[in-house]
Amino acid sequence: MASGNFDPIHQFEIQKIFPMEFMGYDISFTNSSLFMVIAVGLISAFLVLSMRGRALVPGRWQSTAELMYEFVANLLRNILGEEGMKFFPFIFTLFTFILFLNFLGMVPGAFTVTSHVVITATLSLLVMAIVIGYGFYKNGLGFLKLFVPSGVPIAMLVILVPIEVISFLARPVSLSIRLFANMLAGHITLKVFAGFVINLFLAGGALSFLSVGPLFLGVALTAMEFLVAFLQAFIFATLACIYLNDAMHPSH
Amino acid sequence: MEAEAAKLIGAGIACIGMGGAGVGLGILFGNYVAGALRNPSAAPGQFVNLLIGVAFTESLGIFSLLIALILLYAV
Repeated sequence: MASGNFDPIHQFEIQKIFPMEFMGYDISFTNSSLFMVIAVGLISAFLVLSMRGRALVPGRWQSTAELMYEFVANLLRNILGEEGMKFFPFIFTLFTFILFLNFLGMVPGAFTVTSHVVITATLSLLVMAIVIGYGFYKNGLGFLKLFVPSGVPIAMLVILVPIEVISFLARPVSLSIRLFANMLAGHITLKVFAGFVINLFLAGGALSFLSVGPLFLGVALTAMEFLVAFLQAFIFATLACIYLNDAMHPSH
Repeated sequence: MEAEAAKLIGAGIACIGMGGAGVGLGILFGNYVAGALRNPSAAPGQFVNLLIGVAFTESLGIFSLLIALILLYAV
């Protein structure tokens, strides 16, 4: 599509590594699955190996793991309070999984799993299923008070309740699209700027010297992409906490 | 008009929506810094709220970029 001989979309192609089929469904082991396995392996290895010493005064690795734990635990305590700590394993898993997938995608040549909407949609539907399930389990039908703002005249409720329902239904959509579109757009931007460098350099003459400009911009964008990779994992975890808070305390 | 040309023009028009997200982020960060300068001790406590606001605002701009990308590559 873009000028020149590179295709910024190519990096998101799914390649089958071990083709498999089960009852008519394609369940091949793809490069996407490979990077998910790598991420899970890295997370497990990191947490298990760094906490093996269990030193009272933590070393470098152990304090990194403890930092990660404390970070997510503080997030939960701030939004959900102490009673929300039972959701800690879920939120911590979600956060580390997305964080490692995002960072793995920053390795040159690696595949970015979170840049596919099917992955992020599955994760956000999981969050919504837990929110709805726990909301009904804890509050019974009182969970439906989430859609009825208190202290509002009856006449206004006719308008407000559909709006609340729609905004609730839009949550999984925006949650999944935010993560996937951020990763997709970021990686395409990096690729396009890399293409600028190559095209300008190959143009020859004075234009070759100009290619330093997009090169520096590309470096800056890479740094920003690392920030985005962390921020999006953090925001996904934060929003999951906020939605869980609705399930715990449905009345406004 | 050729379909290919219409696609490119549509992608360009879709990107205008990102301007709104830019304005929103400017207001968001500007007000945060203004508030932080008035009361620096309260600023760190509101940083998480700032990031949540950024997420909501930025996602709207990302949505319009997504429409542009779909027009460019997927349609």
